[in-house]
This record gives sequence, structure tokens and C-alpha cells, in this order.
Amino acid sequence: MSLLGDRQQLAYIAAQAADARVNVELETEGMTLNIGPQHPATHGTLRIIARLDGEQVLWADPSCGYMHRGYEKLTEVRSYPQVTALVNRIDWLGSFANEVPFILAAEKLMGVEAPSRAQHIRTILFELSRIANVTLFLGDLGVQLGAVTPVFFAFRDREYVLNLIEGATGGRFHPNFDRIGGLKDDLPAGFIDETRNVMKKLRGFCDQIEDLLFGNEIFQSRTRGIGVIPKDVALQYGMSGANLRASGVDWDLRRDQKLPLAYDKVDWKVITHPDGDSFARCWVRLQEVRESTRIVDQLLDTIPAGPIMAKVPKIIKVPEGEAWVSTENPLGEMGYYVVSQGDMGPFRVKIRSASFNNISITPWLLKGVYVPDIITILASLYFILGDIDR
Amino acid sequence: MSSTTDTPIETPRDEVREAEIARVCAALGSAVIDSLVKPNDDMWIRVSADAWRSTGETLKTLGYTYFGFISAIDWLPSPYGRGEDDPTAPPVERSTVIKQGYAGGDTRFQVIARLVQPFTTLGINIKVDVDDSLMAVDSWSQVFAGANWHERETHEMFGIGFNGHPDLRNMYLPTDFEGHPLRKDFPLLARMVKPWPGIVDVEPLPGDDSEEEGDAS
Repeated sequence: MSLLGDRQQLAYIAAQAADARVNVELETEGMTLNIGPQHPATHGTLRIIARLDGEQVLWADPSCGYMHRGYEKLTEVRSYPQVTALVNRIDWLGSFANEVPFILAAEKLMGVEAPSRAQHIRTILFELSRIANVTLFLGDLGVQLGAVTPVFFAFRDREYVLNLIEGATGGRFHPNFDRIGGLKDDLPAGFIDETRNVMKKLRGFCDQIEDLLFGNEIFQSRTRGIGVIPKDVALQYGMSGANLRASGVDWDLRRDQKLPLAYDKVDWKVITHPDGDSFARCWVRLQEVRESTRIVDQLLDTIPAGPIMAKVPKIIKVPEGEAWVSTENPLGEMGYYVVSQGDMGPFRVKIRSASFNNISITPWLLKGVYVPDIITILASLYFILGDIDR
Repeated sequence: MSSTTDTPIETPRDEVREAEIARVCAALGSAVIDSLVKPNDDMWIRVSADAWRSTGETLKTLGYTYFGFISAIDWLPSPYGRGEDDPTAPPVERSTVIKQGYAGGDTRFQVIARLVQPFTTLGINIKVDVDDSLMAVDSWSQVFAGANWHERETHEMFGIGFNGHPDLRNMYLPTDFEGHPLRKDFPLLARMVKPWPGIVDVEPLPGDDSEEEGDAS
């Protein structure tokens, strides 16, 4: 950030602090604490400027933009098939999930629907990327609280999932596998058996984490009742995904929305928690990994035969129109508002990413908490920097 | 599927949206300029700029409590096309005729917001024209708290002001950054100085003389 920017920000901080004074009788001293952008406790380059009064946060202001890559502008100069390579990098831990809503939006505009085998495999890969994403969260969570062991388990077990994704798509982190009208390739031989094994391992991992971390007294006392988000506030801020369900809102786009994906063919349940605190958010995510492994297991049994690609022209031109498609991504609701003017590429794409809305609650949420809780609250909100800044 | 949500059949779902848009239009009254329902897809309305804020308030009372996003669309066709011109060639003449999208519009810039009824996932896209001389609409940040950051982002990227917003600081860019990157007439400099190699979908093989920057090993 430039000098001018910093100076303006400091002036803003001073003005905010002037009228927000608590604990006057204790004569605590105010101080401005800068966390980040390069700080081990903020996974990514999120910078948080907090004004403290003693140990208490008067207000906190996240400062984004250290990872801004301008994808909305870049999509305007790319063709539709090229955009998936960009959006892979928005939420880089669950990258396949980013491609799906964009491809679905393009398919909606073109009036194309992928064959059922492709929809099925899409859903499997979608859930695999959710597992890859959230397992890292579960491991990372321990690190934020001073427990180092879980992260090793998480990285070990996440690797199995990444190997599966790599086996199917060729890319560990950035599959770029979804195509308008279907998928690039069919599943490789042995994928189904291997995936079953991995799902079993991951359920073991979930048990391990639940035992190690969620049953831990320190973990519970650091997260229970901390950072409570009531239902109506969560909706107002547009929070989504596990953060919303942890506030007791029974809403999951996988279930509640009609999309050409295979979620309606399997038996699974939406996990909610009434508390809305940090613990609830972590707990919901843990249970969702379990549900995801169940979804994948059931989908593996019922993959229909058939083509993996619908008939689409070689050079893709999308007819004029506007479309909005959002899916329940690992981080929450991720949607694309695609405006087409009949060109090879989109006219405008608004990327509505989950973390942007989820993090926009932090100025409200961090007010009044204690300094160590900043880290647990941020960890439990779970953001990916690329998903905030795009 | 474990839940008891309605299995969507083509026609009834349609009626749901038709009825919903009628309800919304009745509540908003003369504020609605245009509306559109795409069967089994989505709803669009366009409201007058004076009623922008009250539209948000009314929709909130109508059950649209989940805040989706706020952004803007610059309808001007890009003077740089798709950024695939040869930078050494003389500039290409392009049409500047504005083609509006769903629910119409009269101005170059439109602010678009999306609100959703939780549980039914019935969403509505609300558009409002931004007057070229004012370049501002009312802020929704008092109505939906989540609008705060979205309006900051829109202000930074499009230069559209939001009256009543508490703090329109830049979100991503340095404070002294000039220009509004998502406007169509803001050039994407990387495409201006070097031809885009992605025009052809085939990468040159190592050993081809067209690209010199690859390492020789």
C-alpha cells in the first residue's frame, strides 16, 4: 500500500478510536495492532488492523487486496473455455468446485446439458475438492490454537484426495477439467476402488480429528461461545456455507437448488448447529467432510454409463443473455453472474465468492473480543485469500 | 435425497416465479420500470434510481433477507475489443452502440444486486440505472450490512458512488490509483503491449523460434 494510503488509513484509525473508548475507569491504554499481511496466524495475506483497549478489540478492520488478480477483468478478454483456468485459482484448495458454477452458467445460456455420466463425475470431483479443502481446514485449525499434530494428519490424508484428483484430471491443484457440455476425460481405470479406499481413510481421519481436537478441553474452551453470529446477522451479511449452517440456518444449495448435478440421487443430510460460535463452525465442517465421503461412496456405486460430453460446437459462442448460477462450494455459496453478448467470451462476469462475504462480517464480529480470539474466530470463519480478493 | 423439498416440475415452478414477481411489483409499485421472468431460471427487475434504497427495504420485508451481491455492469462495448489486436497495427474502429441486457436500461452503467429468499432459493436480480452525470446511487449498507464491502468494491472498480455509504475506501487498489479498472474503457495493459498468445490454442513447441523467453534446458 502506498504512503498516502497508509496515512489515510492511520487518520481513519485515529478518528475511529477517538469516539470508541471503553474501560475508561481502568485507564487502559489504547494501541493499534497490525496483524499481517505476512503473519503466520493469518493463512494468506490478509491484513487486520485492530484498535485495542488493553486486551480488548475496539474495532478491527481487515485490509484486503494483497492478492487481487483482477479475474473479473481478465474474463472479459478470455474465451469461455479459457475462463476455467482462471477461476481454478480463486479458491485454490477446492479448485474444481470453482469451475462448476461457471460452466453451468455457460451451459444454461447455451441451453446445453451435460450427459448424466458427466454430471455424476462432476459431483464426485466436486465433493472430492470439498474434502481436499476442508481437511486442510481441520488440520490448520489446530495450528491456530497451538496444536501442531493435526496438521500433519491433515496433510497426509489430503494427499490421498489430491492423488485421486490428479489421477482423474491430471492436475493436483488446478484441474481445469470441466468443459462446457461435459468433462474433458472419463475416469481412469481403478479410480472407483481407489476412491473407496480413500473415503474409508478419510472417515478415519475425521474420527481422529474429532478425538484429538474437538474433544480437547483447550480447544473447546477457546472456541465455545466465542464469535457468535446470530442467524439474521449471518443472512444480512450474505454469509454462506458452513458458516451459515453453524448459525442454525438449514440451507444448503446442494439440496435446495435444482442444478444438473447428482446430489438428488444420493441420500445425505445437511448438517446444522444452533450455536453460531466458532466451535459450531468447526464442527459443522467436520461433519460435512463425513457427509461428503458418504455422498462420494454412494455416487461411486451408481455412475451411469454413457458419453461424458454433450454435442457442442467446436468453437463455442454463447448466445446473448444473462445467467446466474451458484453452487455450494467448500467455502460457501460461490456464484457467477455471466453476461453474454453472443461473443466467444463473456461480456462481464461478476464473481460472487464466498469468503468475501464471510470476511466482511469481521469488523462487526471482532468488536469487543480479546486478542487471542481474533485468531480463532478468523480460523473458524475459514477464508481463502484468493477467494476474497479474486 | 433426505430432504422434503419440492421436486421441481417444469410448469408449477414457472408459476411460482410469475406469482412472485407479481407480488414484488405490487409491493414496489411505480418504482419498477421493467421486469422479466425466465421460466425455471431467474427473475429480473429494474427500478428507478430514486427508489433504489426503498426497493432494498421493501424486498427485505418481503422475505428476501439473504444478501447475494452488489456489483455493476458497464454496457459500453470495449473499445479494445477482446484485447486480441496486434499492438503494432493501427487501432481498429469499433461500434459504440450500447446493447442492454435483461430488463432493459437507459444508461451506460447499471448497478445490479441480487437478493435471495432463504430456504426457497428464489432469487431476484435488481438493476438500477446510474445517471451518467451523477454517477451515484443510494447506498444499501444500512439495509443489508453485507452491502458495505460490495459497494466499496463497486465504487473502486467502476467509479460509482453510493450516497450514504459510511466509508468508500478502496478495497484492493492503492488509494492513489487512477482509473476504474472494470470500466470497459480502462485498458488491460498486458494486452496492449504484447499480442495475446492464447489466440491460437496451440502452444509453440520448445525449439520453435516464436517464443524466446522459455528456458533452453
